[in-house]
This record gives sequence, structure tokens and C-alpha cells, in this order.
Amino acid sequence: MSAVSPTNPLYRTRRRKHVAMMLMSALALGFGLFWLVWILATLLYEGGSALLRASLYTQMTPPPGSDGGLANAIVGSLVIVGVGTVLGTPIGILAGTYLAEFGKRSRLAGATRFLNDVLLSAPSIVIGLFVYAVFVSQVRHFSGLAGAFALGLIVIPVVVRTTDDMLRLVPNSLREAAAALGAPAWKIVTLVTYRAARTGILTGILLAVARISGETAPLLFTALNNQFWSTNLNAPMANLPVVIFQFAMSPYDDWNRLAWGGATLITLAVLFLNIVARMLFRKRT
Amino acid sequence: MPSQRIVQARWKDVAFENLTRFFALFVFSILLAVLVTLVIGSELTLKKYGLGFLWSAEWDPVQEEFGALVPIYGTLVTSLIAMLIGVPVSFGIALFLTELSPPWLRRPLGTAIELLAAIPSIIYGMWGLFVFVPLFQTYLQPALIDTLGTLPLLGTLFEGPPLGIGMLTAGLILSIMVIPFITAVMRDVFELVPPLLKESAYGLGATTWEVVWRVVLPYTKVGVIGGVMLGLGRALGETMAVTFVIGNAHRLAASLMAPGNSIASALANEFTEAVGDLYYSALIELGLILFLITTVVLALSKLLLMRLARHEGART
Repeated sequence: MSAVSPTNPLYRTRRRKHVAMMLMSALALGFGLFWLVWILATLLYEGGSALLRASLYTQMTPPPGSDGGLANAIVGSLVIVGVGTVLGTPIGILAGTYLAEFGKRSRLAGATRFLNDVLLSAPSIVIGLFVYAVFVSQVRHFSGLAGAFALGLIVIPVVVRTTDDMLRLVPNSLREAAAALGAPAWKIVTLVTYRAARTGILTGILLAVARISGETAPLLFTALNNQFWSTNLNAPMANLPVVIFQFAMSPYDDWNRLAWGGATLITLAVLFLNIVARMLFRKRT
Repeated sequence: MPSQRIVQARWKDVAFENLTRFFALFVFSILLAVLVTLVIGSELTLKKYGLGFLWSAEWDPVQEEFGALVPIYGTLVTSLIAMLIGVPVSFGIALFLTELSPPWLRRPLGTAIELLAAIPSIIYGMWGLFVFVPLFQTYLQPALIDTLGTLPLLGTLFEGPPLGIGMLTAGLILSIMVIPFITAVMRDVFELVPPLLKESAYGLGATTWEVVWRVVLPYTKVGVIGGVMLGLGRALGETMAVTFVIGNAHRLAASLMAPGNSIASALANEFTEAVGDLYYSALIELGLILFLITTVVLALSKLLLMRLARHEGART
């Protein structure tokens, strides 16, 4: 009787265990995909029709019991996310540049990388508390700018991480070639390595924008909400996530429907950004 | 003597390097600034209750009595449930993606799982409340109460009316949310295993399962634990998804079916409505506790993953 003969009992138990575990593994994958499909299907079913109505984009958030749209919240979200990205990106790129080009393996660079990775996964609601304590409670009112600060703080670690990684992928021979031509370090970084790592850095920014577009927790204590049209950064500003939260938790049907519309809009936008970022990155590598 | 242009270029170099160093220091100090701010903000309750804040279950904004036990308990229990389900599932998915999947399917399947992380947490919360909770309440929960709820000791965990919302629901939804994070790390570290090791085991006649369990897992265990810690850090701090389904009740209940509260959802619900300095300070201290727990967990995760990377560097 050979060791691998199907009649060998030891071989059979091992084989059975193997098949059972591989089946479990496939089931686990199915489990993960199942929720993704279910959530996306729910969103399209509940919010799909709301997306096609023009009023969603042209009318203001309504009081309960009447018809309306999400125009002020959409614009508010775009403004807050835009300002947050503009504030956070340069800081992130410059800090990432230090890590990859100057700090390299120094102690400061190592410690900064470590803390940056912790910050990357830190609970966003704590960032909201922080901005509330240092900014909102000092000026004594909620504002779109405070919301943008909070989102900017979330953008920073994402951009630092990708910039650092992407710049370190740039071959040293490029830097050496530029240095041999007599280029000073700042020119090498800005004109050579930034260019070589451009798509990678852009991917990081896109992922950061995708990440903050759906962030709700940090906006609760900072931008708050506003039922009316406002692009004043110094006043409370409507934004999609907080409006969705408020409308979804309410007992009114119209509000719930609008919340579904907003939820679908935000999810599609975020997934779109994610996929674009991935495609950009794949083309490069 | 260096020419004017070279002097100027040097000056610019120094300026540029210091500019980038300044922002690196800025990033370095963010976490510290958050910590200091939260400590200052929670001064009142830190002084009034000291460490007792951690194990007092009292939460009465009217009488101004505060304790963090209920939200801490809820945070830990929901995250534990999420880990119990999320870790084995993530392991299964990582195993499928690295060992079983045909190469052309790896990328699309991996991307699909990663997209689970891209869905904003408020969407999980809304979907959970409107779609998952009613189904869970009508079908799964009564079944759990009738079967597991009648067991002698374990039964207390599954007692009570099927409310739909509660700590178990929050834990289940969290488990879906941590899957992409844990899977991504596990998949990456599984790919670090030298093919030689795996091929040797296969050559001895090991099955795929035996190779994964006896070769891949022992080789990568530090990284796997790092991935689990990363998922745990995410679960502990998750706010919106939990806020929708946990029930927001400041009550300590033995049953997982009962509504509870987590630190993050207490903050999301009560912070903007908090009146009075003590209430405000108590909420900030909750934030401080959450910050400390997650920072420790995430730092551990990072350290473990760095250890694996160093280990890897030493071997090759």
C-alpha cells in the first residue's frame, strides 16, 4: 500500500482536512464579496432613482415633510474637501520629501514614519475633537474652515506615506545624473525626482481625497451643518456626510430618501476615485 | 572663491531642506499635540474622578456624574466580536488570494475586497440600520436566542428580546469593515514567504492546507499579528457605523443583544449637545481614552510589522 494511495487512512484524513479548509477559504472570500455586492445593490436600489432627479442637485435641503435636494450639501462637501486637500497636500508632500530625500534612515525620519503610520489609522473622531478644542472652542463657532482643517489633518498622513514610498522608488541614477550636471539639491528634487514620481504622488492625493470625502465623524464637531446655501468658510457649512447622518437618523420618509440619494452619490464618487487611482498607479508600474 | 551663483544655490538648498524638515517635524508633532490638547481638555474630570473614571458605570449629565465604564466596555466588546469573525475570514481570503486563486483572478478579487475599505463608514451604518437590522431581528436573532440563549453559561450572552440593534449587530458590521485591512496585511506577508520553503514542504507531500498552516503561518506569524492589531485599531475607533446600530444606551448589560454604547458613538451623539464644563470634559476624556488605546494598539501593530520586515531583510 503506497503512502498516497486513496485507501491509506492517514492520507485520507489529511486530504479531507485539506479539502474542507480550501472550501472554507473560498467561502471566506464569498463572505467578503457578498457584503460588498449587497451594500452596493442596496445603494443603487434605494438611491439610484434619487440620483437621476435634477432636484437633488438644484434644490436646498428641505425642512421635514417637503421636497428638496442636496445642492447646498454637495457644494459644501466640495468646498470643505477641496480646502482640506489644498491645506493638507503641500504639508504632506514636503514632509514626505524630507523623509525620502533628506532624512532617509536618520532617527527623526524613522520616528516620523512611525508616528505617521499610527496617525494614518488613528480614529478620525479624535481628530475632530482635537480641531474642536484648538480651533472651534477658541473662535466660539462651528465653521466650514474648521471642517477643512480636520480633513486636512487626515489627508496629511496618507500623502506623506505615498510621497515617501514613491520618491524612494525613483532610481538613484536619476539624481546622480542631475547632480553630475551641477544641479543643486532643490532643483534635483523639484525638477527630477518629483517628475519621476508624479503619478505615484498623484495616486496618493486621489486616495486621500477619496478617504476624506466620506468622513463624517470629524465634521460633526467642526463644520456642523447648515440648512441653507452657504459658501462662507467662516460659518457652519452643510456637507453631505453630516446631512446623510441627520436625515438617515430622522423619522421622516422624505429625509430618509434624500439620505439614500446622498449616500449613493458619495459612495459612487469614492469608488470612482479609488478605481481611477488604482488605474493610474497600475499604468505606471 | 565661490561664484555668486553657487553661493545663492547653496542658500536655496539649505532653505529647501529646512523647509521640508520643518513639515516633517510638523507631522511628527501632530500626535503629540492631539495628546496634549485632550489632556488639557479633560482636566476637570481628570482632577475630579482620577482613575475612578475608568470603572464607574455612572453617566448622568443631569446630576453631573460621569464614568467611562459603559462606553469602554462597549468599545472592547464590539471590537472583540469583530475580531472573532474578521480574523478567520481575512485569513481565509488571504489564503485564497495567495494559494488558490488562478493568477488572472487575483487582482480583480483583491481589488474587490479592498473596495470594502473604500466604502465610507456612514454607508455601513445606514445600510446596517435600514437593511441589516430588520433582517437580523426577524430571522437570525430569534434563532440565536432560542439556541445559544438556552445554554447554561454562554446563554447570558444571547438573552433578551430581539431588538435588532445592539452590541452584537455593531460587532458584526465592524467585522465586515476590518476584513479588507487585515486581509491586505496577511496577503502581503504571505507573499514574503520564500518559495523554496513552500516548495520543500510540497515536495515532502504536504497538502496546501498543511503548507499554509505549518510553513506559511509560522514564518509570517509576527506580520499576521501585526495585521490583526491594525484591524483591531480600526475597529476600536470606528464611529459612524457603530453609532447607527449600537443603540446608544448608557447601561451595562451582560447580553450581547442589548443596546450599549461605544466611546466613539458616545462622542458622536453627545458632544455637540453637551452643556456644562464637566460634561464637556468627561467627553474629551473619553476621546483621550480612545486615543490612548488605539495609539498603543496601532504602535504595537507597526512594531510587529517592522520586526517582520527586518527579519526578512536579514534572511535574504
